Amino acid sequence: MPLDGSPAAFTFERVERRFGEKQVLRGLDLSLEDGRFLAIIGRSGCGKSTLLRLLAGLDAPDGGRITRSAAATGPAGTRIMFQEPRLLPWASIAGNVEVGLTGLADRAEARRRAHDILAGVGLEGRGAEWPAVLSGGQRQRVALARALIGAPRILALDEPLGALDALTRIGMQRLLERVWAEKGFTAVLVTHDVAEAVILADRVILLDEGRIARDIAVDLPRPRHHGSPEVAALEQQILQDLLHGDA
Amino acid sequence: MSFISTEPLSPEARRARRPGPGTRGRTLARLAGRLAGRGWIGWLLPVALLLLWELLSATGGIRANVLPAPSAILAAFWRLLLSGDLAGHVAASTQRALLGFAIGGAIGFSLGLVNGLSRLARDVTDTTLQMVRNVPHLALIPLVILWFGIGEEAKIFLVALGVFFPIYVNTLLGVQGVDPQLVEMGRIYGMRRATLYRRVVLPGALPAIFTGLRYALGIMWLTLIVAETISASEGLGYMAMQAREFLQIDVVVLSILIYALLGKLADSLARLLERRTLQWHPSFRGKD
Repeated sequence: MPLDGSPAAFTFERVERRFGEKQVLRGLDLSLEDGRFLAIIGRSGCGKSTLLRLLAGLDAPDGGRITRSAAATGPAGTRIMFQEPRLLPWASIAGNVEVGLTGLADRAEARRRAHDILAGVGLEGRGAEWPAVLSGGQRQRVALARALIGAPRILALDEPLGALDALTRIGMQRLLERVWAEKGFTAVLVTHDVAEAVILADRVILLDEGRIARDIAVDLPRPRHHGSPEVAALEQQILQDLLHGDA
Repeated sequence: MSFISTEPLSPEARRARRPGPGTRGRTLARLAGRLAGRGWIGWLLPVALLLLWELLSATGGIRANVLPAPSAILAAFWRLLLSGDLAGHVAASTQRALLGFAIGGAIGFSLGLVNGLSRLARDVTDTTLQMVRNVPHLALIPLVILWFGIGEEAKIFLVALGVFFPIYVNTLLGVQGVDPQLVEMGRIYGMRRATLYRRVVLPGALPAIFTGLRYALGIMWLTLIVAETISASEGLGYMAMQAREFLQIDVVVLSILIYALLGKLADSLARLLERRTLQWHPSFRGKD
């Protein structure tokens, strides 16, 4: 149900997913216009990571239908980034980024594009080093570069900043917003951090027991800043909704 | 029993070596550490012992029919070297060792890889292999002699059997220990089976495989010594037994020393290879 008639990047129709007895998603309907930034929040076990894995094609639904736009299907159409960077410790930083072009480009082409994209995430000239020398935030930058190098139309982000310290996190949020604005892909971010959702997303959905409990449009002008009154107000309102669900 | 070196590899030990801010004690420690880093401080003690040994032999403290002087052993070494006997025996032993190692190692590695990757293969074969593993392979010597006689096959079979298990067990452990998150990542990025093994599974298993390799090298020499002592017509063990017959105690000691040197050489080569291939590993970085 795209609101303004622009094409949908993906659509979930009455999607069901069970793990044994536990029903994780119950007839979930969700559609997102191409190029938007969606944040999904909810308490642990609400099904948000399951939703993301379904979107990335790592898992199949038990019922319902998931469709992606033509550009977002295919091997490199949708990429996922995890909380852990999942870098190969035995491959150089550039080598790790080139994994993102597996089967998509030859070696020389991959090398060139890895060089460019590393510069884009602030790691210019570090391509020959081992991942072990990087800090946690820098490793996530490499993981981001690896996800982006194949130019995906949908980027699924499973709490990619969850393990970072507060300052690094803010830096990464800015980087994420910048590359999203530059490349124009559709971003779907699962996060525990309401402030992060409000800063980054066009739309925030609150997942509860496998259904969308709240769907909030965030129309604040970008760039948004932590602690600005509008951000704080919206954050407060969403937190309230989250806690109400608890009562 | 094996020739695994006891030199430290752990990051803690390396950190301890790193120079810190200097009191005098620390400066001394730093100096000692630097010497140890170059590896030759470890040779001071053996050289001192050797000198003491020579001295005791010269003054009659150790009788020559119990333990000949180092100089006498060196003389025996020189004699055998010139006659070409030594080279022939070393070549025969080394050939057996390497052939047995190649056969046992290749089978162990392949089975470890297959069992690490396939649950079915593991369920079918692993219990059997673990049971066979508990038979000391040297206990099979009488049986092996009955099967193969006292020819080359018997010795190569024993070496291969001894080498098989450490390589098998460690390859299996290594493959099973590969981070499943990395394997999932490889799949997500569209790596095909062969690429996934080459880029993710094998490199991840390599540290464990090297541990197995170094154990196997120790067992390789050990097995060969025993096998050659029992039955051979050339080789270092044969040389030692022959010398015993003629009471050439200097040659007996010499052959023991050569075994030790060959063992050390094999271990050093394995460590060199390990450092070359595991440069990415924090424990090995910066050592070359």
